[in-house]
Amino acid sequence: MTSPARTDSASTRRLAIWLPLVLFGGLFALFIHGLMRPASNNVVSAFVGNPLPQFALPPAAADRPGLATSAFHQGKPKLLNIFASWCVPCAAEAPQLAALSQAGVEIDGVAIHDRRDDLTRFLANNGNPYTAIGRDDERVVQIAIGSSGVPETYVIDGRGVIRYQHIGEIRADDVPKLIALLKEAQS
Amino acid sequence: MKYAIVLALALLCATPVVAQENVPPAPYAYRQLDDPVAEARAKALMVTLRCVMCQSQSIADSDASIAGDMRSEVRVRIARGEDPEHIRQWLIARYGDYVTYSPQVKPLTWPLFAAPVVILALAALLLRGRFRNAGDRDQT
Repeated sequence: MTSPARTDSASTRRLAIWLPLVLFGGLFALFIHGLMRPASNNVVSAFVGNPLPQFALPPAAADRPGLATSAFHQGKPKLLNIFASWCVPCAAEAPQLAALSQAGVEIDGVAIHDRRDDLTRFLANNGNPYTAIGRDDERVVQIAIGSSGVPETYVIDGRGVIRYQHIGEIRADDVPKLIALLKEAQS
Repeated sequence: MKYAIVLALALLCATPVVAQENVPPAPYAYRQLDDPVAEARAKALMVTLRCVMCQSQSIADSDASIAGDMRSEVRVRIARGEDPEHIRQWLIARYGDYVTYSPQVKPLTWPLFAAPVVILALAALLLRGRFRNAGDRDQT
């Protein structure tokens, strides 16, 4: 006859045999999940919700003024577009910026590491939806708002507070979303 | 020989890969600070900051254009006498914890720092039990 205590430990041991398999299954599922999930390399700005830092950038283009923080304190939400003439996706988002501009959205640009000739050519080829374009040769403004690349587009409310960060080029289906966010920023 | 000539000709018409920007880099992107002590402080900070473009490199290692601009930002602030940890916090406020390679103690991360202490305490407790049992057996 076996005592009850001994039967207990024997049944725990029988269950414990399956533990490594369960652990393996769990880890396997975790790794498969990690492999299947599309990797995102985007660095999301932690600065959304903060007011824009103080800056005053000189003009980047011949026919547009430079850009300072005061431009975002006029009571109307705007888009701040970080771009460059050497950036290929920036040319790809040009039609969407034009559509936004036609819908009455005011867009201010910050040109990163750009030359006036290159920028003039870029704007002639792709259109110029910008009210003002600031020249940021040292990415001072870009780093100060937590932007890690071009293009990026920020929704700024009428009091100069960053409301939203869009990473990468604006696609056609992003346009209504941005217009809705701008309307939301108005309140 | 024929190949060598073709290669040499190919070299003639090859244009070197031009960096993405034609504008000179930020002043302290590729230039050290004149004060070696300040430069050492900047360097120590830069090796623990992640380049947000080449994400597995530090800004000290990366040749990405934004890494150069971040180096310049760090060096200028160090030269101004700013505390390295203050600069790190300034960057974390913009890029999140992702930008720093040295882990920060936060509500989300404190179990990470507490775990070794807890495990050691647990091990000590278990061992004490074992040693006591062994001692008892020796006496009998």
